[in-house]
Amino acid sequence: MDAMTPLTVTLPMLDVDWETLVSVNLPTLLFVIVGVPLALVGYIVGLDVLVRRLPKRSQPSVRPWVWVAPAIFFVGLILVYPMVGTVVRSFFDRRGDAFVGLGNFVRLLTDHGVLIVLRNNLLWLLLYPGLVLLFGLLLAVLSDRVKFEKPVKSLIFMPMAISFVAMAIIWQFVYYYKDPSEPQTGILNAVVVNIFHGLPITWIQDTRFNNFALIFIGVWGATGFAMVILSAALKGIPAELLEAARVDGANERTIFRRIILPLMMPTIVVVGTTMVIFALKAFDVVYVMTAGNYNTDILARRMYAELYSAGNYANASALAVILLLAVVPVLIFNLRQFRAVEARR
Amino acid sequence: MSVATAAPPATPPARSKAARTRWSQRLSANVSSAGLNVAVLALTLAWIVPTLGLLINSFRPGGAFNTSGWWTALAPPFNFTLDSYRAVLGASDLAPSFFNSFMITIPATIIPTAVAAFAAYAFSWMRFWGRDWIFLALVGLLAVPLQVTFIPLLTLAVHMGLTSGNNFFGLNAGFLAVWIAHTGYGLPFAIYLLANFFRVLPQDLFESAEIDGAGPVTVFFRLVLPLSVPAIASLVIFQFLWVWNDLLVALIYVGGTPEVAPLTVTLTNLVGGLGQHIEYLTAAAFVSMVVPLIVFFALRRYFVRGILAGSVKG
Repeated sequence: MDAMTPLTVTLPMLDVDWETLVSVNLPTLLFVIVGVPLALVGYIVGLDVLVRRLPKRSQPSVRPWVWVAPAIFFVGLILVYPMVGTVVRSFFDRRGDAFVGLGNFVRLLTDHGVLIVLRNNLLWLLLYPGLVLLFGLLLAVLSDRVKFEKPVKSLIFMPMAISFVAMAIIWQFVYYYKDPSEPQTGILNAVVVNIFHGLPITWIQDTRFNNFALIFIGVWGATGFAMVILSAALKGIPAELLEAARVDGANERTIFRRIILPLMMPTIVVVGTTMVIFALKAFDVVYVMTAGNYNTDILARRMYAELYSAGNYANASALAVILLLAVVPVLIFNLRQFRAVEARR
Repeated sequence: MSVATAAPPATPPARSKAARTRWSQRLSANVSSAGLNVAVLALTLAWIVPTLGLLINSFRPGGAFNTSGWWTALAPPFNFTLDSYRAVLGASDLAPSFFNSFMITIPATIIPTAVAAFAAYAFSWMRFWGRDWIFLALVGLLAVPLQVTFIPLLTLAVHMGLTSGNNFFGLNAGFLAVWIAHTGYGLPFAIYLLANFFRVLPQDLFESAEIDGAGPVTVFFRLVLPLSVPAIASLVIFQFLWVWNDLLVALIYVGGTPEVAPLTVTLTNLVGGLGQHIEYLTAAAFVSMVVPLIVFFALRRYFVRGILAGSVKG
């Protein structure tokens, strides 16, 4: 640290034993990288040898289960069993002893803080998928007609690769607030002050704006995803169809409304439902930016707080169940879409 | 531009007028394409400005970000430094978390990919009781919020000693818990993606292999896997990015313990301690982005293909 310029400040050094960390964990990592695939291959090959010893007639009915068993084990252990457990737990009291029926839900749904949480989730649910689809569609359609489509798409798609935490840090600097007497260092407030001659806004604290500011971070991150999928669907529309419409004298707006949009509708629906699920599960942005303060809390973050900070398993389970119930319509819709597509195969 | 060429006048009444019409059509097409170019460029610029600002701030001397906007650094005199990067990599616990991120991500990518490949093979090329219903249930599980699973799983992890304090054959047991959790969470999507791909492999291939006396194990390792490299590559990228960028699962199963905390958790703690160290946050954020960005730009083709296979069904 001595070599550093006096400007820099030493970061708090946490007590990590770096050497044992590497000397213990690195061999384990190598062992896992080699060992786990070997164990899985050994499992399949070994059990197939056993299956071959069975009478020829029963082999076809036993063999598939050998192949799906690991997956069913992990999905059952990590998803199905805890899901059932949480639903059951949500009907019991804080210590998990006494059955309280719908008591947890009644208490939560009459809590002012939880009502704000639900309002915020509703905001996410409406704005996030809507804006992602709007920007994604706009960018897909516009970039389709310019020569530099590829670099444009790469740049817009880039946030998909980074974590929500990094996104939140990026936007922390965009929304940065300085006292009006000082020069603004966040670009948004610099625009507000220097171009619109307004007063700087505390985007993250001001309850009039902060939910929208947070939702927009998510929109910024997911638009590239929507754009890529929608753009693929757009390119799937036969060029002759559009050409024929143009020959018939249809203008570009009519072509978009009457041909492009209806043909892209199935894809728009798929992207939209994916975004609805993302909106319901949103956690990281709020956790990093505000920790749920200033009326920006959402279900997933509140559930985390009940679980970890408050240690209230009854509330946490009930909130998780509310989240699950909110997903159920999307889930049913998804399954119906899936079966419709399967039927067409 | 195709608008201009689409409808040439059938019988031009006068040559000069026809030429003029075509000229004016071309002009208006050019103007609108210029407008289009500007609009696309403006949107793209707006999209990258936030990242660009952070990148520039990360190279400015300590404290400068707080006295003037990053855009002022674009005018001379240029004053850039690597101090923040040096500080972040040298002094903080970011370096161990970098290691932890790999420690978590690599097994949490390998295990679900392998398990999913086995299952997807059975779902697409074997017949068994309840096959379609089990697959449908997996598709349904794609939408289930992870939060629903936390409490019973945490209880189980504590019960079995799989928490970040304990040792498991010399390995910090927290890692093991995160690997298993990510495997379960990643499987529905992984199986869905791979099964969609395996299913459209040509059937003749399997039949001729069977006639040659090849068993399912041989067919899987010699035929299915080599033919499915693109699908497996896109799944690996997906799972890798998802685990590397994950904050919630890591928070739940390893908490903030520095011995096991991945980059996302450590970064979040840095944000919490913002105040005087905010200039390091810029460099720290980019350090955390290096690996996913390399993966993303190097393997973008597979990534996009994976997204399309996973979302545009069929």
